[in-house]
Amino acid sequence: MAQAEIPYQEAIPLHDPHSWITKYWFSQDHKVIAVQYGITAVAVGLVALVLSWIMRTQIGFPGMFEWITPDIYYQSVTMHGMIMVIYLLTAFLLGSFGNYLVPLMLGARDMVFPFVNMISYHVYFASVIILMLGYLPGMEGPTGAGWTLYPPQAILSGTPGADWGILTMLASLAVFIVAFTMGGLNYITTILQARTRGMTMMRMPLSIWGIGMATVLGLLAFPALFVSAIMMTLDNVLGTSFFMPAISSAGAEHEYEGGSPLLFQHLFWFFGHPEVYIVALPAFGVVSDLISVHARKNIFGYRLMVWAIVAIGGLSFIVWAHHMYVAGMHPYFGFFFATTTLIIAVPTAIKVYNWTLTLWRANIRFTVPMLFAIAFVLTFVVGGLTGLFLGNVIVDVPLSDTYFVVAHFHMVMGVAPILVIFGGIYHWYPKITGRMLNDTIGRIHFWITFIGTYAIYFPMHFLAIPRRYYEYNVGESAILTPSMDILNQSITITAYIVGIAQFLFIYNLIVSYRHGREAGDNPWEANSLEWRTPQTPPVHGNWGERLPTVHRWAYDFSVPGEERDFIPQDVPRKAQA
Amino acid sequence: MAEAAAQSTGLASIAKDWSSDVTTFKGVPWGKAMMWIFLLSDTFIFGIFLTSYMTVRATTAEAWPNPSEVFSLTLFGTTVPLLLIAIMTFDLITSSGTMALAVNYGYRRDKKKAVIFMLATAFFGFVFVGMQAFEWYKLISEGVRPWGNPWGAAQFGSCFFMITGFHGLHVSAGVVYLSIISYRVWRGKYDDTNFEIVEITGLYWHFVDLVWVFIFAFFYLW
Repeated sequence: MAQAEIPYQEAIPLHDPHSWITKYWFSQDHKVIAVQYGITAVAVGLVALVLSWIMRTQIGFPGMFEWITPDIYYQSVTMHGMIMVIYLLTAFLLGSFGNYLVPLMLGARDMVFPFVNMISYHVYFASVIILMLGYLPGMEGPTGAGWTLYPPQAILSGTPGADWGILTMLASLAVFIVAFTMGGLNYITTILQARTRGMTMMRMPLSIWGIGMATVLGLLAFPALFVSAIMMTLDNVLGTSFFMPAISSAGAEHEYEGGSPLLFQHLFWFFGHPEVYIVALPAFGVVSDLISVHARKNIFGYRLMVWAIVAIGGLSFIVWAHHMYVAGMHPYFGFFFATTTLIIAVPTAIKVYNWTLTLWRANIRFTVPMLFAIAFVLTFVVGGLTGLFLGNVIVDVPLSDTYFVVAHFHMVMGVAPILVIFGGIYHWYPKITGRMLNDTIGRIHFWITFIGTYAIYFPMHFLAIPRRYYEYNVGESAILTPSMDILNQSITITAYIVGIAQFLFIYNLIVSYRHGREAGDNPWEANSLEWRTPQTPPVHGNWGERLPTVHRWAYDFSVPGEERDFIPQDVPRKAQA
Repeated sequence: MAEAAAQSTGLASIAKDWSSDVTTFKGVPWGKAMMWIFLLSDTFIFGIFLTSYMTVRATTAEAWPNPSEVFSLTLFGTTVPLLLIAIMTFDLITSSGTMALAVNYGYRRDKKKAVIFMLATAFFGFVFVGMQAFEWYKLISEGVRPWGNPWGAAQFGSCFFMITGFHGLHVSAGVVYLSIISYRVWRGKYDDTNFEIVEITGLYWHFVDLVWVFIFAFFYLW
């Protein structure tokens, strides 16, 4: 490995593309890979959007469409959850933002191993294809076990997709983890070993801190999902009993005996809780940068923001069982995990205070990215506060598996990171394409999305009905009052509207690519290095002959006594007077 | 900057490295850093395999078969417990020794000896996989299956095949990896480097050995 002796990457040969295929499909350029990740994630996200319409239709207007059978409903719930968490949020925030921003913000030519990076995307693409195999005719549909895939029900015949659906799901997850590992190793190694001159860790933009820490979490948490996917596959295919106790279903005795369903839950949530922060930490980082740039003010408490990210990352490994209070654990476990869960609220609250204090008396520009960033903070606070209720054992027990939980996690780790993704796309689209997104469409998109998601999820807190029910009012046992029905219907209709608004956004992405206003190099007057590339959009290799040299942090906005209200990172400090 | 870093020692120098620009780990090639991080992730995979094994062993209602009896070999009329496993362990630890020699000769730019010892390591790895195949064959012919066995808890066979299988895959991958890298070293692909690639390969190999020690301790000795 010759890289160690070669200073500052200037002499490392790049794999220049020679044809359309190597330029846009098998590309080793991190920027192309980022866009590939982004497009794939958005495409699969649209599938998840349609699935959410299917289940909302059933909840709001039960019996309206004959074809929404219980099987279809549960399959839609499961696939919606899994796609959103893994194949959209994780893939977009790390695969797309991570790939695009890490080398550019650090002043690197590319990721340290571009070839591995390329493979990473294609393996991810394969995992998406495998996931969708369940929808092929003859496969009897994807699994309907819920995104948590709890055994024993996930692999018993009463659950839809018990034959092939669960297998394609587990295989797809294992393949996704391979893809993530290849990408993740690249991000971490690039952050640690391939920064440019002057770019110390404490000068890195917070986006990089968030993406880097989330990648560490992913590399340590995904193994749990990987192993449990292998074990469940063995339970299903070979008839081992890792997770399966002695059980009979539909009158038939199974061969299983002696397994531990609780073990799966522990493994799943040992992955699942860090996963929440794998999604949240990049969002934290990106939103910090958005707020600082568009508020024309340095981020409040940069060091504390960094340490909060690190602390949240560390703590996220010892809170997992707060998802399992009703699973039959020892009560003392609940005590421990409730304590750690509430402790993790402290660094999170620090971050919220710092965002607020950054906005305080700032010279705020209400651009579309800024609107999304502020909306993130508001949504995250509401979703986070309900987390305090759910973190306490005694309060969580009655709230378990109700729409209170649905509202909580959709606001805190569904809508909030999605808002950041939107904000990030509006913010970096000018760098990626060289053109601005249409502002008017952007604002319409923002207000429909922001108000709409509030209208969807806020009332759910008060709905107080169990979740994952196919139908609530069955004959004599009707459990919903008419007002609850109206609430459900209004939520469903709002979901249609918000969903359609997303097509407006996609229209904007496509049209602005050709017809958007020319952006120039630095339309937002930002400081971080990605805005300082010699060309916009940046060419392969990013920086031309010499890499930039960093002289300051990324947050020198509105420095007193300076001509302009921003000083990019590669501007030298003045000689001391 | 570099002089200041050289002067400080201990914790202060660690802090200095982490707060410096360009590289956090000085003089560490990208590939080596990446291998370390990968191994950290892989540690979690094996850690979770072993934790899961211990959990199912603790949860299952039936008695756990006695590994000393199950993994015994009868040679010349005497039954020796864990004989094959002892030989396998010895073989793998020997391979770690040859690997260390290969790394040493690599840094001395003695290409020929480095390649010979890498190939020796691959050979020991291959022998290990062969003995593992024999072990699997023997147990399968005695009636051990992933879903059950003649002596007790069904999870014994499940865990055995899963964990040793996954480790065996790692060893096999290591043999292939070693063969490819030694071929490339021989062909002169790394002649303008310090042959760090040998050490990177060695990191992986030592890791696989170390994992075996844990599997040995937790699965065979317990």
